[in-house]
Amino acid sequence: MIVELGHLALAAALVVAVFQAVVPLYGAARRDATLMALAQPAALVQFAALIIAFGALTHAFVTSDFSVSNVASNSHSLKPLLYKVSGVWGNHEGSMLLWVLILSLFGAAVAAFGGNLPESLRARTIAVQGLIGVGFLAFILFTSNPFERVVPPPIDGRGLNPLLQDIGLALHPPMLYLGYVGLSTTFSFAVAALLEGRVDPAWARWVRPWTLAAWVALTAGITLGSGWAYYELGWGGWWFWDPVENASFMPWLAATALLHSAIVVEKRDALKSWTILLALIAFALSLLGTFLVRSGVLTSVHAFAVDPERGMFILALLAVAIGGSFALFAWRAPTMEGGGVFRPISREGGLVLNNLLTATGAATVLIGTLYPLALETVTGEKVSVGPPFYDATFVPLMVPLIIVVGIGPLLAWKRGDLAGALHNLWAAAIIAISLGMALAWLQGAPVGAALGMALAAWLGVAVITEWVDRVRLFRVPFSTSVARATGLPRAAYGMSFAHLGLAVFIVGAVGETYFSHEVVRYAAAGDRIEIAGHTVQFNGVSERAGPNYNAQVGTFVLETGERLESERRFYPAEGQQTTEAAIRVRPAGDLYTVLGEPAEGDQWTIRIYYKTLVVWIWVGGFLMAFGGLVSLADRRLRVGAPTPRRPMAVAAAGGDD
Amino acid sequence: MRRILALIPLLAAVALVAALAWPIIEGRNPQELPSVLLDKPVPAFDLPALTPGEPGLASSDLKGKPVLVNVFASWCAPCRAEIPRLMALAGEGVTVYGLAYKDDPEATRRFLDGLGNPYERIGVDRDGRTAIEFGVYGVPETYVIDGNGVIRHRHVGEVTDRVADATLVPLLGELAK
Repeated sequence: MIVELGHLALAAALVVAVFQAVVPLYGAARRDATLMALAQPAALVQFAALIIAFGALTHAFVTSDFSVSNVASNSHSLKPLLYKVSGVWGNHEGSMLLWVLILSLFGAAVAAFGGNLPESLRARTIAVQGLIGVGFLAFILFTSNPFERVVPPPIDGRGLNPLLQDIGLALHPPMLYLGYVGLSTTFSFAVAALLEGRVDPAWARWVRPWTLAAWVALTAGITLGSGWAYYELGWGGWWFWDPVENASFMPWLAATALLHSAIVVEKRDALKSWTILLALIAFALSLLGTFLVRSGVLTSVHAFAVDPERGMFILALLAVAIGGSFALFAWRAPTMEGGGVFRPISREGGLVLNNLLTATGAATVLIGTLYPLALETVTGEKVSVGPPFYDATFVPLMVPLIIVVGIGPLLAWKRGDLAGALHNLWAAAIIAISLGMALAWLQGAPVGAALGMALAAWLGVAVITEWVDRVRLFRVPFSTSVARATGLPRAAYGMSFAHLGLAVFIVGAVGETYFSHEVVRYAAAGDRIEIAGHTVQFNGVSERAGPNYNAQVGTFVLETGERLESERRFYPAEGQQTTEAAIRVRPAGDLYTVLGEPAEGDQWTIRIYYKTLVVWIWVGGFLMAFGGLVSLADRRLRVGAPTPRRPMAVAAAGGDD
Repeated sequence: MRRILALIPLLAAVALVAALAWPIIEGRNPQELPSVLLDKPVPAFDLPALTPGEPGLASSDLKGKPVLVNVFASWCAPCRAEIPRLMALAGEGVTVYGLAYKDDPEATRRFLDGLGNPYERIGVDRDGRTAIEFGVYGVPETYVIDGNGVIRHRHVGEVTDRVADATLVPLLGELAK
C-alpha cells in the first residue's frame, strides 16, 4: 500500500513538474505576475511529493518488503539497518530517485529563499529547474521504476554488493549528489538569465551562494569518496583517475572556475558570457557523469547495471539540456558583453588566469576520459588512460595555478601592483625554495616531490601572509589588528581556509605519492615485519562471524602494543569476498595492514603499507569545503539577508527582453 | 566574430553527444572479458594424473558429453570455498573435470583429501601452460565445454549457488539435449 502511494507520488511529481516548467515560463513571457507566482507553490509541492516517494521506498527497504523488485535485488533481511537505508541509493533506480529528490530540493529552496529575486528571473529559474525534473522523472517512471513489484515475492533478497555495505556509501553519494545536482540551480539561473537577455552584478550575487553550496557539497562528496576508496578497496589508493571519478572531478573544476569568475562579474561587470557558459558547462558535466555511470559505455568500478535503453534516454536528456542551453547561449550571448576593460595585472586578471588554467584542466580530464571511447569507436581497439597521462598533462597545469593562487589575493582590483604583492611574498618564496632544496639535496627526494612540497609551502605561507597583510599585524597596535581580524568579511576567511585547504591537500598528495612504503610477503604467526621505522608483528588469523558475513581476522601488533585487525570477509548471500584493511591514522603517516590469501602451511600473504602524510589529503579537502561554508555564511551572500536596494531596483526595472 | 565564437560550445556539444551515442547504438559492453576461445575448440593438451595409475586429463577426454572444467589450486581461497558446491553438482550427475593450476601435487592431494574430491578426472598443470592456452586470468575459473569439445561458457571467480543455478546447470542441460 505504502509502495503504491510512493509510486503515485512519483507520478504526481511528474505532473507538477510539467506545470512548474510550463506555466511560469509562459507567465514570464507574457509578464503575467499571477502565472509567474505559481512557480513557487509548484516547486514546493513537487518537493513534497518526492519526499513521500522517497520515504515510501525507504520504508520498503527498512521493512525488507521483498515484493518490491528493487528491494529484492538489492537488500537482504540480515543486513544492518544503516545499510538497509543506504541500500535505497545503492542501486540505479533508488539513486535516481535520490537524484530527483535533491533536484526538487534545490527548486524548492529557490522558491523558499528567492524572495529577493526579481519576479521574472525567479519564475524562469524555477521553471527551468522544473523542466530538468520533467526529463528525469519521466526517465525514472518509464525506464527505472523503483516501485515495481515481483510476483511471487522471493523469501529473501539478493543483498547489496558488500563493498557498498559501508558507512562511506551511506554518506558519499548523497553528498556528491547534493553537489552534482546542486549545479542544476546555477544552470537554471544561467538559462533564466539568457532568456531574460541580461546578466549584471546583481545576478552574479544571487547565483554565488547557490554555486558555493553546490561546490561545498561536491568538494565534501569527492573527499568522502576518495577516503572510502582508500580504506575499503584494500590497497590504499585514494584517487584512480577512474572515468567516474573524473566525472565528478570535471564539474568540480568547472564549479571552481565559476565560483571565481562570478566574483569578476559581481565586482567588475565583466566576463559575463564566459560565466554563463561555465554555469552551463558545470551542469552539463554533471549530466555527463550521470550518463557515464548509468549507460555502461565505460568500464568503471562505479558502473551500475548496463542497460542500453537507459543509456539512450539519459543521452537524449543530455542532448536536450546542453543542446538547448548552448543554442540559447549562441543566440543570446553575443549581445550581452560590455563591462570594464581590464589589465592583466589585477585581481580580475588573476581570476581570469585561474579560469583559464582550471578550464584547461577540466578539458584535459575530459579528453582523458573520453579518448578510450572515441578510439574504440574509430579503431575498435581497447585502451585505458591512466595516471601517466594525467601526470603529464593535468599536474603541470596545476603548478602555475598554485603559484597564482598565492599571488592573486594580494592584488588589488582594476590595477594591481605585482611588484608590491611579490614584495609581500618574499617570506613565502624563501620558505618554499629552501624547503624544496632541502628535500632535494639533503633528503635526496625526487624533483616532483621537492617541487610539490615547495608549492604547498608557498601557498600556505602566502595565505597566511595575505591575512597578516589584511589585519596589518605588527604594523598597527595589536588591538587594532584584532579589531580588523574580527571585522574581516567571512568571505575573506572562507577564501583563506579554502586556499589553505588546497595547500594541505598538496602536502598529503605529494607525501603519499613519493614517500610511501610497501611490504608484501608471506608471514606466519609470530613473524615481525619492518616498515618505515616500525616493527609490526603478525599474530595469526582467527575466525569471526559478522551479522551477514564470515570473517577471517588477521591480527597485527605494533611495537607500542597497539593492535590492528584486518579482515577478509565472505558474504554468502552475495557470494562475494571483501578485504577490510586495518589502518592506524597519524598525521605523519598511516600504517595500513591487509590480510591477503592463505599460502603454504600456516602462512598468509600480508600487505603492509606506510602511507606518508596521507591523512592531509582529506583534511585539506574538508578544509576547502569548510572554507566554502564560512564564505556561504557571509552576510552579503546570506540568502534572504537585506541586500542594497539599488541594484535590485535597477534589475527589476530593466527586466525587458 | 562573436556570433561564431558563441556557436563553438554548441558544436562541441553536438560532437560529444554523437560520440557518446555511437557505442550504445553499436551495443558494446565494456564489462565483458571476452575469452579468446569462446565458441572455439579447446586447445590441445595432455596432462598427467594427480595420482599415478589414475586417468589424467587430455583434450580428447572432452569429447562425447558436456562437462565442466574447473581450474583450481590448493593455495586459492575461493577454490576451497567452491569445492562443496562442485561436489553437489557432481552428485547431481554433472561431470566435473579439474585442472590443478601451478600447484604441488602433494598439496593438491592434501587439499582434496580434506575437502572431498568432486573431479572425475584431474590434470596436473604444474607449469600453468595449459591454463595459459585456455586464457585463464586467475583461479578459480570454470569452463562449460560441449560434447564436441567446444568452449561454450567461461566463468571467472568462485562458482556460487547463484552462478551454478542461473548459468551453469541450465547451460549444461541445454547442451545435453
